[in-house]
Amino acid sequence: MDTAINYNYKVVKQFTIATVLWGVVGMLVGVFIAAQLAWPALNFDIAWLSYGRLRPLHTNAVIFAFGSSALFATSYYVVQRTSQVRLFSNGLAAFTFWGWQLVIVLAAITLPLGMTQGKEYAELEWPIDILIAVVWIAYAVVFFGTLIKRKVTHIYVANWFYGAYIIAIALLHIVNSASVPVSLTKSYSVYSGVQDAMIQWWYGHNAVGFLLTAGFLGMMYYFIPKQTERPVYSYRLSIVHFWALIFTYMWAGPHHLHYTALPDWTQSLGMVFSIILLAPSWGGMINGIMTMSGAWYKLRTDPILKFMVVSLSFYGMATFEGTMMSIKTINALSHDTDWTIGHVHGGALGWVGFITMGSLYYLIPRLSGKKAMWSVRLIDLHFWVATIGIVLYIASMWIAGVMQGLMWRAVNLDGTLTYSFVEGVKATYPYYVIRFSGGLLYLSGMLMMAWNTFMTMRGAAPVRARIPVAFPAHAQAVPTV
Amino acid sequence: MEALYLLVPLSVLIIFIAIYVFFSMSDSGQFDDMVGPALRILQDDDLPAEPDTSTGTNAATTTSTVSADPRNPPGPI
Repeated sequence: MDTAINYNYKVVKQFTIATVLWGVVGMLVGVFIAAQLAWPALNFDIAWLSYGRLRPLHTNAVIFAFGSSALFATSYYVVQRTSQVRLFSNGLAAFTFWGWQLVIVLAAITLPLGMTQGKEYAELEWPIDILIAVVWIAYAVVFFGTLIKRKVTHIYVANWFYGAYIIAIALLHIVNSASVPVSLTKSYSVYSGVQDAMIQWWYGHNAVGFLLTAGFLGMMYYFIPKQTERPVYSYRLSIVHFWALIFTYMWAGPHHLHYTALPDWTQSLGMVFSIILLAPSWGGMINGIMTMSGAWYKLRTDPILKFMVVSLSFYGMATFEGTMMSIKTINALSHDTDWTIGHVHGGALGWVGFITMGSLYYLIPRLSGKKAMWSVRLIDLHFWVATIGIVLYIASMWIAGVMQGLMWRAVNLDGTLTYSFVEGVKATYPYYVIRFSGGLLYLSGMLMMAWNTFMTMRGAAPVRARIPVAFPAHAQAVPTV
Repeated sequence: MEALYLLVPLSVLIIFIAIYVFFSMSDSGQFDDMVGPALRILQDDDLPAEPDTSTGTNAATTTSTVSADPRNPPGPI
């Protein structure tokens, strides 16, 4: 029986399995739409399979199904283990799992049917938005309820990041999704025109900042020290990192709206805050990587650590690149090109994907009562296949993006454009094929992970992880019972 | 830019809430020990003691996960 003396591993395990499954689905859709860009006939003239409908399905599946499920799983695990109490409520925790799965399934049905609010990363229609808000508030109650009843006086830094992400997403989602319904499946945003764009990218960039950054930094600050068996390089820096991020994040959004109807000063403000953000981002990245100092030899034998360290490298790259791209003169070249797609996937496949995979490879054996994954060599193979996939993906998109930017801005002596738009599309074709092959490699890595997970969990009895008798709050190395 | 009439006050409000949370946590001693918490999570052994945990015994009964490997002494802080 799952009783109060044990940690609640059930919901953690459910979300872990969901992460792996939705990862496969979301990446499969991604590979399919990448193929559609190279070979447009693949939409088969079926509206449900058209790029415009499947693309939001892909982004929702990887961000909100794969990414959020991973955050649910790890935050529930970390908050319990670092607070040394069971989750605040079994019922509410189960509700967040089933509620979130319902959101995902509804998204997978409505998006191909073309039901959308037309806001990027916030496409889902109003009834689903309400369900998201309810589930998210339940999540906040479970998480903060667990923190409140903690038996360890100190709140471990990872919990600060998880807590901030949960609060921020609730706020962003509720403000941005405010809309006037006209029917069950159609609504209009309460904001309009450039106001809507401003609210949308305030939401959009902060969702990147809090869901895809702060949440996964929580993962980083727990699972990297655990897997390395070393304390985080500087705990003080991790606290500074957290508060610096909180105090500087909220205003980067306007850099998504450079050279639009947004007032010029608002664009510049967004640019300035985006540049400031480099400091906390790199502070955290360096803190994570330096945790490995003195333990680098472990990389030779531990593929899980490879995932974690490479994820931080991609985090550093993507935050530097993003800062550069937010500068208006650089943005003039990169805006609307495939460079942006390359940038996003450097962060998504490299940082979010790899830190999630590393953390789940840590977690899965512990949730299955095993010492290690079914096959460690398969983890290593996954790592290399996925890394090569990312490199192919981002390098091809960089080249394609810069090429498009240069072609679009090229003018003849008489002031006419040198290239028509379709010439740019034609020139991009080989890079779309390379990107597709990179995505295919990344997906095949995810399939290896799914197989490895299945083989590890197969036949495993539910783990009853006993909560240790309370540590005295500030004791060093007190053995439990 | 009417949207800013919503977003700017909201940001200012959040900043003040963050300042309040930071100082109240700081005053309550949350940030006094900047060494111990990093080590403490390593002492929480979450590996199963044996492959079969159906007996109800577990993991969290051993004392330390810090490796006895001589190349891996406890980390610097």
